[in-house]
Amino acid sequence: MAELHVELVAADRKVWSGEATIVVARTSSGDIGIMPGHQPLLGVLESGPVTIRGVDGGTVVAAVHGGFLSFADDNLSILAEIAELADEIDIERAERALGRAKSETDAAAERRAEVRLRAAAGASR
Amino acid sequence: MGSQLRVYKRRIRSVTATKKITKAMEMIAASRIIKAQRQVAASTPYASELTRAVTAVATGSTTRHPLTTEAERPTRAAMLLITSDRGLAGGYTSNVIKAAEQLTERLDGQGKEVVSFVVGRKGVGYYGFRNRPIAQSWTGFTDAPTYADAKEVSAALIDAFTTETAEGGVDELYIVYTEFLSMLTQTPVDRRLLPLSLEGGADEPESTGKGELLPLYEFEPSADGVLDALLPRYVESRVYNALLQAAASKHAATRRAMKSATDNAEELIKSLTRLANAARQADITQEISEIVGGVEALAGAAAGSD
Repeated sequence: MAELHVELVAADRKVWSGEATIVVARTSSGDIGIMPGHQPLLGVLESGPVTIRGVDGGTVVAAVHGGFLSFADDNLSILAEIAELADEIDIERAERALGRAKSETDAAAERRAEVRLRAAAGASR
Repeated sequence: MGSQLRVYKRRIRSVTATKKITKAMEMIAASRIIKAQRQVAASTPYASELTRAVTAVATGSTTRHPLTTEAERPTRAAMLLITSDRGLAGGYTSNVIKAAEQLTERLDGQGKEVVSFVVGRKGVGYYGFRNRPIAQSWTGFTDAPTYADAKEVSAALIDAFTTETAEGGVDELYIVYTEFLSMLTQTPVDRRLLPLSLEGGADEPESTGKGELLPLYEFEPSADGVLDALLPRYVESRVYNALLQAAASKHAATRRAMKSATDNAEELIKSLTRLANAARQADITQEISEIVGGVEALAGAAAGSD
């Protein structure tokens, strides 16, 4: 089966890399799924969860805040200023941050916390 | 003579204490270089992927973006100078400031007014002492910069760049920092960040191979939109890289300065010990001759009374 190589890179570290069969990410014009053989693509990412389905059937979910993806020759790079794998996310902390952001009506922080929680929930499903 | 010996002993004690401090600082700096180097390495994948993507968009699309377009007659240029917060780093600060002065002179010669942005307390102090205006300055993070710091700095720079020149904006953006080449070599460099020159991104060793053909990308949502989002990130990542390299260079310079301080202290202790030994010998010799003289005098007096 065809597969694509994925590099998930944050500004200060490499978060995840490996082979995958499909990657779903959210761009500014909607969710996009990338499979091997996709046309070369450069897209701007919204804050949102990125789902990577690995070749062994496992799924990796990461919360990504701002960034973009570039795909060419079955190599996909997802670049994000901040990227966290779902199992790195501290759900309690994210929930606290969400509550705080809501009370302070900080829309950006609220969105960040929501994305984290969604990514964590997506992984445990 | 006994007082002489005491003075030497006291000086040896004080130099030994200083040596202990410089030795500790040397070791701390050495461990921090490794950490800083690791951070530079960790940020490399992001920077190289970003450079690749920017090159791809800039060559693959015909769109003109304000951040890539050269002003017809540039009249104002912004310079970001990266220094450190703390001294005790040998010629580190003065070298990078010298590079900044040279760049300022060069830009002045081209008829461009230079607007200075400064990172690090040392640079701020230098400009403040000479009553030179600073557009904006940041301090407090030069030892271990984070991406958030780079973002903050870049935001101000991009803001200045996108403002119309007549309203106080700038046409060009330069960055002056100390490049970390190796543990022993760090050189101050100046780079033009904006407007983006296409080969400008390729001066990084980790960027794409020169002969590689870039694929024809589809843009999501549009080439313009992608450039809009990409270029600020590109500036941020370059500033971040410069901050990290400057931090690593600073630690390397500190280590070197403290190493030579330790060596000098050792040298000083050695020569002081010799002097102290000579003084002690002189004391003993004097005491012996005093005793001998005294005995002889007593013997002479005894012989005389007999």
